Amino acid sequence: MKSFEYARPTTEAEAVEFLGENGIQAAILAGGTDLTSLLRAELVSPSRVVDLKQVPSLHQVTRLEGGVQIGALVTLADLATNPLLAGYPSLFDVVDGVRSIQVQGSGTIGGDLCHLPNCWYFRKGYGLLGQDNGVSLPETGDNRYHAIFGNEGAAKFVNASRFAPALIAWGAKVRIVGTSHKTTSRDRSGGSSVDAEWIPLEYFYVTPKTERQGNTILKPGQFVSHIWLPDANQITSATYEVLQMEGLDWPLAAASVCLDVDGGFVRGASIVMGHVAPTPWVAGDASRWLIGRQIDEDTAGVAADVAVSSAKPLSMNEYKVQIARTAVKRALLKATGQLDS
Amino acid sequence: MVERKIGWEPQGSHTLVGGEIQRVDGKVKASGQAKYTNDINTPGTLFAKLLTSPHAHAKLVLLNIEKAKGVKGVKSVLAIAKVGDEIQYEGWPIVAIAAERPEFAEDGLRAVEFKFEPLPHFVDGSDFKGAVEADVTVGGKPLKLTKSVGKSGQGDVEVALKEAKHVHRGTYGIHMITHMSMEPHGSHAAWDGENLNVALSTENVSGTSGQYVQPVGVDAMNVNIRCDFLGSGFGSKSTVDEWDVACAKLAKATGKPVRLMLSRTTEMQIGGNRPSAFAEVTVACDAEGNVTAWDSRHWGSNGLQGSIVDHDVTPYVFLPKTRQSVSTGIATNCSPERPWRAPHHPQACAYTQTALDDLAAKAGIDSLQFFQKNLNLTSLPHIYGPELEIAAKLIDWKGKWHPRGKGSGNGPVKRGVGVALHTWDGAANQSNVTLKVHSDGSVEVVTGSQDVGTGTRTCIAQVAADTFGVSMSTIKVSLGSNQFPKAGPSEGSSTIGGVTGPVRRTAQQALWKILDLVAAKYTVERTTLTARDGKVWLGEKEVCTWKQAATLVGPMGLELYGGPVTEDEGLTNHQVGGVQMAEVAVDTETGVIRIVKMVAVQDAGMIVNRLLARSQVYSGLIMGIAYSLSEERIMDNKTGRFINANLNDYKLPRIGDIGDLVVEFYEPESEYKRGVIGLSEPPVISTGAAISNAVANAVGVRVPVLPLTPKRVLDALKGAKG
Repeated sequence: MKSFEYARPTTEAEAVEFLGENGIQAAILAGGTDLTSLLRAELVSPSRVVDLKQVPSLHQVTRLEGGVQIGALVTLADLATNPLLAGYPSLFDVVDGVRSIQVQGSGTIGGDLCHLPNCWYFRKGYGLLGQDNGVSLPETGDNRYHAIFGNEGAAKFVNASRFAPALIAWGAKVRIVGTSHKTTSRDRSGGSSVDAEWIPLEYFYVTPKTERQGNTILKPGQFVSHIWLPDANQITSATYEVLQMEGLDWPLAAASVCLDVDGGFVRGASIVMGHVAPTPWVAGDASRWLIGRQIDEDTAGVAADVAVSSAKPLSMNEYKVQIARTAVKRALLKATGQLDS
Repeated sequence: MVERKIGWEPQGSHTLVGGEIQRVDGKVKASGQAKYTNDINTPGTLFAKLLTSPHAHAKLVLLNIEKAKGVKGVKSVLAIAKVGDEIQYEGWPIVAIAAERPEFAEDGLRAVEFKFEPLPHFVDGSDFKGAVEADVTVGGKPLKLTKSVGKSGQGDVEVALKEAKHVHRGTYGIHMITHMSMEPHGSHAAWDGENLNVALSTENVSGTSGQYVQPVGVDAMNVNIRCDFLGSGFGSKSTVDEWDVACAKLAKATGKPVRLMLSRTTEMQIGGNRPSAFAEVTVACDAEGNVTAWDSRHWGSNGLQGSIVDHDVTPYVFLPKTRQSVSTGIATNCSPERPWRAPHHPQACAYTQTALDDLAAKAGIDSLQFFQKNLNLTSLPHIYGPELEIAAKLIDWKGKWHPRGKGSGNGPVKRGVGVALHTWDGAANQSNVTLKVHSDGSVEVVTGSQDVGTGTRTCIAQVAADTFGVSMSTIKVSLGSNQFPKAGPSEGSSTIGGVTGPVRRTAQQALWKILDLVAAKYTVERTTLTARDGKVWLGEKEVCTWKQAATLVGPMGLELYGGPVTEDEGLTNHQVGGVQMAEVAVDTETGVIRIVKMVAVQDAGMIVNRLLARSQVYSGLIMGIAYSLSEERIMDNKTGRFINANLNDYKLPRIGDIGDLVVEFYEPESEYKRGVIGLSEPPVISTGAAISNAVANAVGVRVPVLPLTPKRVLDALKGAKG
């Protein structure tokens, strides 16, 4: 780990200032779950680490405009116990799946959304695309954990966020703060005025074509301050992560669903898969197929088949198609109270 | 008259030996007061770090350490490799730097100028064809060369196969793993004039000082090795390694103490390597299920040396009269093998007893009955027979076994049970002790042995206290120094037998001398005296207290030296048998396997400490579950690197992964009377085969290669569907 400056802002405005200063290569510290590993492996070597933990507004969960606003620094443990979030069980499923009480206690929802890929080539220093002398290592090497969707381009990694599938299924938006965003509206938070913009979380992630693009739309100097969820109302939800290990482990594949069921028939459905593509993977066809149907073992199975029908596995990860299929099926059954155990 | 004979008391007669006794050093370990090598931080200690090769095979063409010497806080820079060296695996040490703070050492490493010229590598020991075709040379010699080809056998296998009723052919395998000691390798070295004082993380306290002589330039008599506590080694910590030598050299160059511990990644890359093994097996039986022939060709890699699982363990435990095997070792650009708990046995067990289980399925015979029927092919049928019966009851084999893939239930989760057997030598090592009874009745035992986690201190204190009839707090045990009487390395489950034997003998001899003094003073017949409950007794009559008796040895105390045990003394023995059964639940839609229950029934001769012994078996089961389900040293063919050398991707079980573990010792009088036999290795051996067999029983298909990851389970299920 290289030496760096440590900055601890107490307002969003101050954070923006610390992050945006000219000549500074800043990294953002939330819970530290990912950043510490990245620093130690020297995959990032910032000149300044900006610790957001002392910014009070980032820790709050509040009601806001037909929904709930969650501060990016809210920890997994706090998320699971906040009464305002009681209607969003698909989020609790994720917290449960993390299993490590240390990560639940210190990891944050914003940090999770920005967690960089766990692709072992990336973590060994070959970059997000895992290239060595122009050769894609994930494509030609060991890709047992890599993408089965959206892998036609240079990016083969899978998005690491545990919460993004659930949040996207809910139609979440994220508030991006930071001066380098040119088309911002003015927003007020913590008594200071900062540039901020709300965007749907679905559009937050990108599949990079080149190494420099990164895997989110965040530009240097920007950070995610809040997440907004629409009111849960009558929507039922669930997340199903397929985990090899009972302890701390990354899902082999996951699926989150939100269902609007009326009189036993699906009025609206949103299925999002995780850990299968460079971005969370919205299963639009499968969601549409469910409309007007009742969910049972058979229809959940067909919807799952539809969800994975366009998968294009790499040389070693065909098994992930079956795992993703199971995740979708079980998430649907779980959301409708039909999954044993 | 009380017979004076070296040996253990009859079964059931000991007061402490055989009991459930907590570790004497449990509190200091649990509270962090115990100092492991990594905790030693004497004033002025410098921190050393290593620069290692990211390449599996390369030539070092540039190395310049001059700039690093000028980095703030850096005190000494040592080039371990030199320009022109052929680097033969990832993690190969290049430079070591000692600095005032760890981060300064890292700054120094970044200032080292180096350049590698990559060379072709070969890292996949499972790829026999690839190994033959690989165009990789090391030191001008083709690496693809199969380094050791071995053959063994007897009888005419071809004839036996023709005459057999059932013949099964299958390919099996088990991948490389690394040792994963909680405490990495390393040392803290400090010079005091000509003396080199080293706190070394070692399983071989008495045997390491000489290893410093040549590389460091020091006289053996001036090397003081200490290891009070060890965060495990599993066989990987018996040597002084190049990084330890570097640590001592840096300490000499700086005139300050230096500590150099491997980072987790480097530890995984070069701190240990358990060989892989793959086998094509043909095995046959007659109509009754009696195994008549074994034929195997096996291969694998133990890293750069290119040797392979020994012939003498193939086939494993079951030795049909007609058998042959051919083995081929493949050299790979991986760090060399170090002995891993029960070297080579888990691999041989995995490919032998899964193949036998498949043969049983082919013959339509219950696996347990099949194994029982063939116990005449083993060397320990009198042990395995009763052990299998005990295990079968504990796991409810009758209630749970079903023909393959035919378990009840329509859901995706299928349950199954499996069984496997193992053996281990476990003979005592050659250890010496000094035992001193002070005139106040306190007792000191000193030995150059070590506690690798087994509970050496506790077992020594227990035996001494039991022999003198005093409480364990009366006994002080000192170990972990090469200044103490020489003791064997903790390898091959040899320590507890190795130390308790001499302690028992010496304590008995000391006791008899003291009882003689008591007899003289109180004018009673010396051979009628006994010691228990802190007193000396004549039958049921108290003669004096232990303290009063001890005063008779005089102010200098009584000091005896005890040499290594021999088996004819009756204190120790060798060769044990154990059986394990597994019950698993396999999710056929995700390939995820959960351990429901593991039963281990183990013979270890006479158990010294039932609590610690059970702990040993638990740890064997847990490590066994790890290599069965998730643990794998994944060598990437593209980069030649150990691609999951971190605790994120190298999947080890946590508490939720290990299921219900049931341990039972098989200790009838016949085995008790054999004395102490090593216990550490055996319980890790048959876990893999037992779990694999349980999975086959559950899903109806053999998942042939360990670890049984979701990928391998789903691939096998898919392959079976066609």
